[in-house]
Amino acid sequence: MNRSSVEFHANLATGEAALGEQQRVAGAMRAFTREIGALSALRLESCVHCGMCADACHFYIATEDPQYTPVLKVEPFKQAFKREAGAFAPFFRWFALKPQVTADELERWQHLLFDSCNMCGRCSLICPMGIDVAELIEQARRGLFEAGLAPKELYEKAAHQRRTGQPEDSSEPYRDRLLAIGRQFKVEMPIDKPQAEVMLTVPRTDIEHYPAAVAALARVMAHLKADCTFRSDGLIAENYGYYAGGRAWQREISLRLIEQARACKAKVLIVPECGHAYSALRWEAAELIGKPLPFKVRHITEYLAEALDGGRLKLRSADLGVTAFHDPCQLVRKGGVTSAPRRLLHAMGIEPRETTRHIGFNVCCGGGGGVLDIERAAPLRHRVVEEKFHEIDATGARTFLTSCSDCRRTFDDGKQHFNWQQTPRSLLELVAEHLQGG
Amino acid sequence: MDLVDFARGPALKVAFVIFFIGVVWRLVNVLLLRHKRNLSEPRRSVGASVWGGLKAMGSRSWPHPEFIKRTITGEALGYSYHIGLFIVILLFAPHIIFFGSFIGMRWPALPNGLVTIFAVITVTLFVAVLFRRLAHPVLRRLSNFDDFFSWFVVALLLVTGLMATAHVGAPYPTILGLHILSFDLLLIWYPFGKLMHAFYIFPTRAVDGYLLTRKGAPS
Repeated sequence: MNRSSVEFHANLATGEAALGEQQRVAGAMRAFTREIGALSALRLESCVHCGMCADACHFYIATEDPQYTPVLKVEPFKQAFKREAGAFAPFFRWFALKPQVTADELERWQHLLFDSCNMCGRCSLICPMGIDVAELIEQARRGLFEAGLAPKELYEKAAHQRRTGQPEDSSEPYRDRLLAIGRQFKVEMPIDKPQAEVMLTVPRTDIEHYPAAVAALARVMAHLKADCTFRSDGLIAENYGYYAGGRAWQREISLRLIEQARACKAKVLIVPECGHAYSALRWEAAELIGKPLPFKVRHITEYLAEALDGGRLKLRSADLGVTAFHDPCQLVRKGGVTSAPRRLLHAMGIEPRETTRHIGFNVCCGGGGGVLDIERAAPLRHRVVEEKFHEIDATGARTFLTSCSDCRRTFDDGKQHFNWQQTPRSLLELVAEHLQGG
Repeated sequence: MDLVDFARGPALKVAFVIFFIGVVWRLVNVLLLRHKRNLSEPRRSVGASVWGGLKAMGSRSWPHPEFIKRTITGEALGYSYHIGLFIVILLFAPHIIFFGSFIGMRWPALPNGLVTIFAVITVTLFVAVLFRRLAHPVLRRLSNFDDFFSWFVVALLLVTGLMATAHVGAPYPTILGLHILSFDLLLIWYPFGKLMHAFYIFPTRAVDGYLLTRKGAPS
C-alpha cells in the first residue's frame, strides 16, 4: 500500500499535528505492551504457522491473497511481544533477533488490520491450536490506533461520538430525528423517562438509513407494554471507539450508555440490530470499566425470544416463501445469540433455508467492524459480499433476512454494486409487522 | 571420551538442563503476565464453560466439517508425520532402551524393520512438508527462521537415525554419535522455537474453549 492511501492522525491526547515516525512507533509499542497479558501471550506463543486460519477468512477466500491470512495481521503485535515480554525478550533485543516494529510496517498493516478484517472470529474456529485470532486482531488494532493509524473514517467518527454521543454531525440531533421517525411511522417514541426497566438504544445506521427498523423497535416494545425509554444522552448503540481500536475511547463511549442506564435505573439495556454494538456492550464494557454492569445487556432478538417463551409475545404467520437468514458474526459466532432469531422465525411459521455455511460458521457480510465505513475498502468488500451473494442465491430464497443493520447495509451496498436481485430485510421489522393483535 | 560417550554424556546433560529450564521458563513467563478478569455476565455456567474448554482440547484435533475441504491437505500431512514421529521415537527398541534407562521403565517395541519403514515414510512426509511450506503462498508468507530451523532439527534427527540403522555414511559409532548429538540439538532448540507448541496446544484450546463457551458461542 502506498503512503498516500494511509491517513495519519493527530496525537490522541492533544488533537495536535500528525505523529512523527518515532512517536508512531512509540505509540504502537505502548499500546501493544499494555495489551500483552497471559491470555494474549498464550495465543501468540501457540501459533505454529500452519496457515489454516487463511482458509476460514472470507477476505482470503475471496482473493486468495496470502497477505489476508488472519494471523499475519497480528505480526506487529507478535513482534512487540517477542521483543518486550516474551520469555527470551532480552535476547531478541540484544541480538536483534526480532527487529523493532517500524513506522513503515505499521502503515502497511493498517490495510490488513482495518480494511480486511471484520473481527468476525471465523479464523478462531478453524485454528487447530485453539487460538482466538480475532481477539488478537482487536488488540493489534489498538496499537495502530495509538500510532495514529486508525483509518480516517473510523477515527473521526470515534472522536465525534466520544465528544457528542453521536458519530457524526446530522442536520438535526438524533433525538429529534428519533421523534420525527415516531411521527412518520405513527408510533410513540418513549424518550428520557426518568425511570424505566428497559433502556433502548438505536443503531446510527438505522437512524440514517432504515428508519422503519427504529419504528419497529418502538412498536414491538409498546406491544409488549414494556416499561422502556430511549435516552437522549445515550442513544447510539454502535461504538466507533471499538471499531477504531481506541481502547480509552471505546470505554468512554460505553460509559455514556452505562451512565444513562444507571440514571434511569434500567434493569435491561437493549442493543438493537447491530452486531458489533452487542459485542462492545455485552462482552467488553464490563471489562473496560473494571466492574460488572448493574444491568443485563440483551440483543433485541434475545429479548423478543424471551418474551415469546414467556407467552408475552405472539406472532402471526408470515407468508414469505423460501426464506434465508444471515447470522451476524458478532451475535452468533462471537456472541452466542444462536437460537433466538430462529425461534422468532419459527413463531412466524418460517423455517429458513440455510446457506451452506451457517450459524457459527456463517461467512461474513464483509462490512462489520468498521470496514463498511472505510471508503477505500469498498472494492475488497465487494469481492467478499459477492461470495455471500452466491451462497444466498444457492438457497433459492425469495426473502432474505438478517438481524444486524450493518450487515443489511453492506448487503444493500453490494446489491447496488452488483445489481443483486434480493433485498435484505430486518428480522425486527418482520416481527413488528406480524404482532398478533398488533 | 569418544563421540558417543560425549553425545550421551555431558552434551546430553547440558542439553537436558537447557531444555528443562527453557521449557519451564517459557511456560512460567506466560503465567506471570497480567491475567484478565471476566466481568461480563456469562451466558453459560462456570461448570458448562469448563466442560466446553475440556471438550475443545479434544474437538480441535479435527476441523469442523465446514472447513475440512479447504484444510484436508494440511491436516493429512500434519497428522501423518506426527504419527510417524511418535512411532519412530517411542516404539523403536533402541529408543525404548535409551529413554527407559532414564525413567526406569520399558514398553513393547515394534519390529525394527517396521519402524524403519515408518521412518522412511516420515522423512518423505517431512520433505513434502518443507516443499509445501515453500510452495504454498500462505505458508511461504508466514514462514520465518523458526519454521525452517525447527524443521531442520527434527529432519536431522530422522535422517541420522536412518543412517545409523542402515549403517551408511560413516562408521556406526560416528553416525550414532551424530544421531545422539542431533537429539541434543533438538533438546537445546526446543524451548526457543515452535516445537514448544506441544506444551501450549492443550492450554490454549482449553482456555479459548472455556471463553467461547462462557459466551454461548461455538468453539
